[in-house]
Amino acid sequence: MIDRRIVYSGVMIMGSVLAAWATGAQADFTLNMTRGATAISREVHDLHMMIFWICVAIGVVVFGVMFWSIYHHRKSRGAVPAQFHESTLVEVLWTIVPMAILIAMAVPATKTLIRMADARDAELTIKVTGYQWRWHYDYLNEGVGFFSTLATPQAQIHNHEHKHEHYLLEVDRRLVLPVGKKVRILTTAADVIHSWWVPALGWKRDAIPGFINESWTQIDQPGVYRGQCAELCGKDHAFMPIVVEALPEAEFQAWLAKMKTASPTAAASDHDSTSHL
Amino acid sequence: MTQRPIFERNPQNLTMNAAYSPPSPHHAEHAGPPSGLSRWLLTTNHKDIGTLYLLFSLAMFFVGGTMALLIRAELFMPGLQIVDPHFFNQLTTLHALAMIFGAVMPAFVGLANWLIPMMIGAPDMALPRMNNWSFWIMPFAFTLLLSTLFMPGGGPSGGWTLYPPLVLQTGDAFPFVILAIHMMGVSSIMGAINVIATILNMRAPGMTLMKMPLFVWTWLITAFLLIAVMPVLAGAVTMLLTDKYFGTSFFNAGGGGDPVMFQHIFWFFGHPEVYIMILPAFGIISQIIPTFARKPLFGYSSMVYATGSIAFLSFIVWAHHMFTVGMPLTGELFFMYTTMLIAVPTGVKVFNWVSTMWRGSMTFETPMLFAIAFVILFTIGGFSGLMLAIAPADFQYHDTYFVVAHFHYVLVPGAVFSIMAAVYYWLPKWTGHQVNEKLGRVHFWLSVIGVNVLFFPQHFLGLAGMPRRIPDYALQFTEFNMISTVGAFLFGFSQLLFLYNVIQTIRGGEPATDQVWEGAHGLEWMLPSPAPYHTFQTAPRVD
Repeated sequence: MIDRRIVYSGVMIMGSVLAAWATGAQADFTLNMTRGATAISREVHDLHMMIFWICVAIGVVVFGVMFWSIYHHRKSRGAVPAQFHESTLVEVLWTIVPMAILIAMAVPATKTLIRMADARDAELTIKVTGYQWRWHYDYLNEGVGFFSTLATPQAQIHNHEHKHEHYLLEVDRRLVLPVGKKVRILTTAADVIHSWWVPALGWKRDAIPGFINESWTQIDQPGVYRGQCAELCGKDHAFMPIVVEALPEAEFQAWLAKMKTASPTAAASDHDSTSHL
Repeated sequence: MTQRPIFERNPQNLTMNAAYSPPSPHHAEHAGPPSGLSRWLLTTNHKDIGTLYLLFSLAMFFVGGTMALLIRAELFMPGLQIVDPHFFNQLTTLHALAMIFGAVMPAFVGLANWLIPMMIGAPDMALPRMNNWSFWIMPFAFTLLLSTLFMPGGGPSGGWTLYPPLVLQTGDAFPFVILAIHMMGVSSIMGAINVIATILNMRAPGMTLMKMPLFVWTWLITAFLLIAVMPVLAGAVTMLLTDKYFGTSFFNAGGGGDPVMFQHIFWFFGHPEVYIMILPAFGIISQIIPTFARKPLFGYSSMVYATGSIAFLSFIVWAHHMFTVGMPLTGELFFMYTTMLIAVPTGVKVFNWVSTMWRGSMTFETPMLFAIAFVILFTIGGFSGLMLAIAPADFQYHDTYFVVAHFHYVLVPGAVFSIMAAVYYWLPKWTGHQVNEKLGRVHFWLSVIGVNVLFFPQHFLGLAGMPRRIPDYALQFTEFNMISTVGAFLFGFSQLLFLYNVIQTIRGGEPATDQVWEGAHGLEWMLPSPAPYHTFQTAPRVD
């Protein structure tokens, strides 16, 4: 039984190390998907929790039966093997019951999917273009457009400086959106495939060169929401974050007006940021 | 007692293998292999080729594992410490290619070579010389693939999925990678042809299809999957090659092509490929659990039908890997429903294994421990797979560490554990020596703890928003990445125990009985241990 003792003490040591570490370091142990900032993101979160609890319930039953069997039906307890080896009834049963559970799950998933696909009646359209390795945002029909590039200094990435709170999730210019308005987001790319993802909005969508994908969002609460490119796009894939700032309608309009009057400068600075790459 | 005629019709096999002397079965069973390097280079013996495949697979397991440890070391802390981002991307790409095509697939082909003839009462594989060739292509393919690391511009860094246009930015390595993939594909197709020809033509009298051990059944179905999809991969990578060098525009929107079409073609190969790596594992577990439960497998025929259903469904679910590319709503719904359906036959398998254990008389030797861990941890991987099938939720999960956790749960404590279970289970038959049981159990417990510490926190990372394939990450992901890296090193170094145990068992140890395990049934356990170089030259009769 020496091996068992080794195993148990190993588990104990590892467990206590982890526990000490978790309590001592005030660590950030985010466990679950965000509920997000939109009605859709909350629906997605609820679907996620629903399928999760279904899996937990099935797991408890299946593993429960299994561990019962492992404990009681072992040779060392004198178990004598039964010889049964088939039953059409149970095979049919455990085909039909999971089928029913799946259909029950598919109904709400289908409803959410249909809602997510409906980008009609948007009040504002943003074209998002992925580049290696930054994003470009165009406010269609508003004459406003700019690049959004990682703002974290190289010194932090190479460990020469203390890392800022929003390390790798900060940009020079944020995508500013109005709260409470349905915004259509068109994604495309200029070089390779990227994927535009802000978890608080509840979805990601690939940005594909030569194609335009349509999505939409409607943010409830003013705030800053951070995300990043989710499709491998080369060397600096980890270094092209997305920051969305949601403003109340009036503040958003003021921001947009300011951007329009500043548009020659905005265009010029776009040009600068293109040429310095 | 009838001899299957295939060997008599094919005299070339006889001249290839000097030690083979068919007229006297009694004499032949004592004939040994030729000695020296030429034994391994020129062998047409299914046992030798099986051994070669398994050793090659073990070597690639350590190569791919070393890459994984480099990846995990870089991810231990935020910031760039050990590797630069470009090399990091080469590591993730080559880790996947080495593990899929170098470790897992060849291990299953090795097991097929060793076991299928012994399980169906055949003297060898149907096409022994092609068997030799299908193995010996592999070392060349991998030399080619791994040599790209030293080429200008480095190795492939666009991910093992090779999505254009990114993959077209690969440097000089590109044509070498494509050629290496072609070679692996040729090897796999030849291996699959051999398995099908052997199973359909060389079963002993009385070994009807529905009497075959499940390992043979699952491999038969796997072989058909291989033949169906490896040419699809070959077509896809050839189109990449012509897009890069010969001016075609299959995947270039600027020339009228479509980058998403590559993904459709790739995953039409890629999803059946996933089952190629798990169906033989199902077969192995279906051999091991009845042995240590001392009770026949529950629901044999439903297991066969479930395997067939999974194989069929694997062809109509591919686009669930691409829910975020912007398919039409009807497409997303179709692939969501078909993907959810896979849970049904997979569930049937798990229920059958649990019912096999139910009211058995179980003991827990190392192969059984790995088999039980397989059932539990593979099922957890199946649960996260079911979650990923829900398309709206997949919009959040896609391309995050949640996906990484999911497929590593089905591939590491899934496919890899099943291979280890198989090695512990059949090694006494192959070598004639008992495996050091105590060491085996220590290896098991370290592996099972290591693999969970490694991969379980990755679920949380993905849900919290960490994308996959990044060398550096935001600060809120630090703690779980640290835990994951600790688990990776624990799991990785535990495998040295496995290596040591296998070597020690080959070199010596307690002699194994013919049956080896008290509850083992099947033709291979009626052979002496170690199994002689030539077996079943006279076909046994199965009743």
